[in-house]
Amino acid sequence: MNRHNHNVLSARGIGKTVKSGDSDLVILREIDLEVTPGEAVAVVGASGSGKSTLLAILAGLDTPTSGRVELEGADLFALDEDRRAALRGRSVGFVFQSFQLLPALTALENVMLPLELGGRADAEAAAREMLARVGLGERLQHYPRHLSGGEQQRVALARAFVTRPRLLFADEPTGSLDAESGGAIIRLLFEMNREYGTTLVLVTHDEELAARCQRVVRLAGGRIAA
Amino acid sequence: MRLAWRMLGRDWRAGELRVLAAALVIAVASVTSVAFFADRVGRALVRDAHQLLGADLVLVSDRPWSRAVAQTIEARGLASAEALNFVSMALAGGESQLAGVKAVTAAYPLRGRLRIAAAPGAPDALAEGGPRRGTVWLEERLITALQAPVGSRLRLGRAELEVAAVLTLEPERSANFFNIAPRLMMSLEDVPATGLVQPGSRVWYYLYAAGAPAAVRALEAELQPRLERGQRLDTLETGRPEVRASVERAQRFLGLTALLAAVLAGVAIALGTRRFVERHLDGCAVMRCLGATQPALVRLYGAEFALLGAAASALGVALGFAAQLGIGAALAGVLRTELPAPGVLPAVQGFLVGLVLLLGFALPPLLQLKNVPALRVLRRETAPRPGALVSYVAGAAAFGGLLIWQAGDWTLGASVVGGFAAAVLVFFAAAWAVLKLLTRPALVRRAGPRLRYGLASLRRHARGNAVQVASLALGLTAVLLLSVTRNDLVDAWRRSAPPDAPNRFLIGVQPEQLAQVRALLAERGVGSPQFYPMVRGRLTAVNGAPVSEANYAEERAKRLVEREFNLSYLEALPAHNSVSAGRWFAPDARELSVEEGIARRLGWRLGDELTFTVGADSFTARVSSLRKLRWDSMQVNFFVIAPPRVLEGMATSYISAFRLEPGREAAAHELVARFPNVTLVDVGAAVRQAQAVVDQLVSAVQFIFLFTLGAGLLVLYSALVATEDERRREAAVMRVHGASRAQVTGAQRIEFLVMGLLAGLLAAAGAAAIGELLAVRVFELDLPPSPRLWIAGPLAGVALLSVNAWLSARQVLRVSPALTLRESA
Repeated sequence: MNRHNHNVLSARGIGKTVKSGDSDLVILREIDLEVTPGEAVAVVGASGSGKSTLLAILAGLDTPTSGRVELEGADLFALDEDRRAALRGRSVGFVFQSFQLLPALTALENVMLPLELGGRADAEAAAREMLARVGLGERLQHYPRHLSGGEQQRVALARAFVTRPRLLFADEPTGSLDAESGGAIIRLLFEMNREYGTTLVLVTHDEELAARCQRVVRLAGGRIAA
Repeated sequence: MRLAWRMLGRDWRAGELRVLAAALVIAVASVTSVAFFADRVGRALVRDAHQLLGADLVLVSDRPWSRAVAQTIEARGLASAEALNFVSMALAGGESQLAGVKAVTAAYPLRGRLRIAAAPGAPDALAEGGPRRGTVWLEERLITALQAPVGSRLRLGRAELEVAAVLTLEPERSANFFNIAPRLMMSLEDVPATGLVQPGSRVWYYLYAAGAPAAVRALEAELQPRLERGQRLDTLETGRPEVRASVERAQRFLGLTALLAAVLAGVAIALGTRRFVERHLDGCAVMRCLGATQPALVRLYGAEFALLGAAASALGVALGFAAQLGIGAALAGVLRTELPAPGVLPAVQGFLVGLVLLLGFALPPLLQLKNVPALRVLRRETAPRPGALVSYVAGAAAFGGLLIWQAGDWTLGASVVGGFAAAVLVFFAAAWAVLKLLTRPALVRRAGPRLRYGLASLRRHARGNAVQVASLALGLTAVLLLSVTRNDLVDAWRRSAPPDAPNRFLIGVQPEQLAQVRALLAERGVGSPQFYPMVRGRLTAVNGAPVSEANYAEERAKRLVEREFNLSYLEALPAHNSVSAGRWFAPDARELSVEEGIARRLGWRLGDELTFTVGADSFTARVSSLRKLRWDSMQVNFFVIAPPRVLEGMATSYISAFRLEPGREAAAHELVARFPNVTLVDVGAAVRQAQAVVDQLVSAVQFIFLFTLGAGLLVLYSALVATEDERRREAAVMRVHGASRAQVTGAQRIEFLVMGLLAGLLAAAGAAAIGELLAVRVFELDLPPSPRLWIAGPLAGVALLSVNAWLSARQVLRVSPALTLRESA
């Protein structure tokens, strides 16, 4: 298991190249990144700088062309897809810009989903508790389409935290929200992050938001800028 | 319009229209190929049915036809042939036998071919024309009776002729079971030498004509008014009720197939359009943002779809034409006949079907596109999902009329359209109810973890899944109707002219001979067929008013009245008859039961009093029931049946039909030898001929069914593809949150299993119900319950959805979740 001095997330020499017509398009090159437990890291960069791709690779949702990623000491890409998924289920939470709630599920069911997938018997109780924590205790049976954007993102936060992940990935979590709801979501995110001692990797182009993190990593042209 | 062109191009490049276009092309192609082929088969049937007449038109007279009539035929550019029919003794060695002589010109028959063999029992082959001058062809019975093998000589009148072949098939002959004397066929040129045709001899003169339908119709119209007493004109329409019944039935089968193809097409279009609209909600929102008005959007998409419809329909028609060429080529051997070229009508029909389907099914959901709020650009979830039901209902209404037009038959069209409409509603309601019941939270909670997630996922999509199950069930219903129920119907149809149908008619058995004849048949292992009493009587009055042929305008009615009727007396309704109006008479009543066709032709109604003269006696009785007969049953049938009390005591002979298995012909010879007055008619040839016709019709129908089955499977596929986007996204979200492959596929498998089972069961129920309806209402057949259906339905449903579950799981697992989520974001 994890030794305490071990980094939660360690990426070495990450490169990503995709075919685009006849030529190869380099999205990421030689990225090194270490994230220590409890740390909040912001990855910032202009649109197209490769920050979302980096996030996907760090989370094991996408595979790099080169390099290796260790998540909780496990070599992500030495694992097969099922083991990666299991690792994600145990240790990682996600918040997306476009919420990614399943429209056919109620708020409660959306939050229950990762617990159910992990085979947890107390899924419903835990999900209720977490929804109450994000202030949606009264809207358990509502479907996403009946919730405002801010409320949807709060459901997504509840879903992300309900498994008590060691590591949370957030991809432009306020990108789809107005300033007021966005601000509220950010406050809630950092509150819960502290409360549960989660390590946070946040992708954003919002400098103000990035400034709230302990460390800012800047991406430009697929490289980490100084 | 130019924008619409460009949009069409863009949507095509983006792959957005491919599913829809493919559905449309398939739809139109299947409709037109069936229509093209049905058109060709229909034309072939009409033409081939003429073989049973030996021509398109036959003129029959009891005296020679005037030269003018033959000239009229030639003047119209029609092929012609002549024949004489008479009965005469044929002699060979020490034997003599009454023969039914037919003397023909070289061109006979104009339609169909004679078949001959080199020896009795030897394989036969098609003959070119008729016998050459100086030779005769004999039916096997005659060769046996005369002991005159091929190569020997026989005497006919004053002429001596060579036996050149065994006549195994004479198409025209099967038209009349009561050709009592065995056939001797000879050349017309030899007739003068026999000296048999003299003034006063009983000879029938035949003139045959065949050619272009228009010319034949014109000839019929010209000759009909010029016919004199003792002359008649037969065409396919006026002669041969049993052949007409077969052709009509075949056309109904073909019409049904075309209908089902059209129904399948509608489902495919509806599914394709739904997918298109769902995928265009965002685009519309953006265009609204950029200032497009609602009417502008309607015009834009309307034009785009009209262009798409025209292009896809044209392609579909072309493909349909190519496909039917393939069908025709593949079937050439089975059909044993050259198919005529198809007409233009099926192409026009297919094109219209395509446009109507597209507009009917696509317009309502397309109109919903204009209501997309610009806000959707900011919040995807704000737009209403296109209502599936609305588009199905509108589409169904739009082309319901089209289907009936294509069926060309109200009963058939209405029962298929009504059946499917009812099935859609019932399927949706049943699927919804069962899904709700199966996935009640209380039940789901108690289930094990794997089953639990599958059931939960079923519940979560209850409405979508109910729509899916309903459309799958619909497609499967069609597929089952086409595969299993079709077979059951065909089997039932075959049974209506069963392989053990009687092949001998025994006529003129005297009452005092009845016991001996029965005993002989039983001893020789032929069985104990039913003997029907037969009384020959002439109709003399209806409701007290004297009747003669002059009372009737129609030639066939005149002939019926002119002839003696074969009357019978029975207490019970024969098994192969059914009462269609009135009630079967009581044994002691003075009542009659008459066949409904002759009643219609002669204008008899229930309650009419008919008077018949039998010899010196006469009797009057009231019509108390109309009967329906199975003309293709090869059983003894009577136009008029009375209770025994009415006819008993009048001059009666007995008639029977039975089956003589090959190898028992000795029994027949013995029968004829012991009872010289009894006539034994070999209808084996007629039965064979009728069965060949039936087989041909069935094989044509089956091939078309097979083709429509393919269309049905494609519809099922597009139904499954329609929900793939959503499933992919869900699976991706599940994987992001740690679901293993097994969990993703397991959940889907359970969901699909339940849906497949449900769809299959619903489809089996639907096919059984529709099949029963068709059997009873349209084809007038008994359709026994089919266990095959209830096994095949659920199996097919589960199998199809399993394949889909596998394919869709592969899709989901192949693409990285990051990509799937980014696409759908």
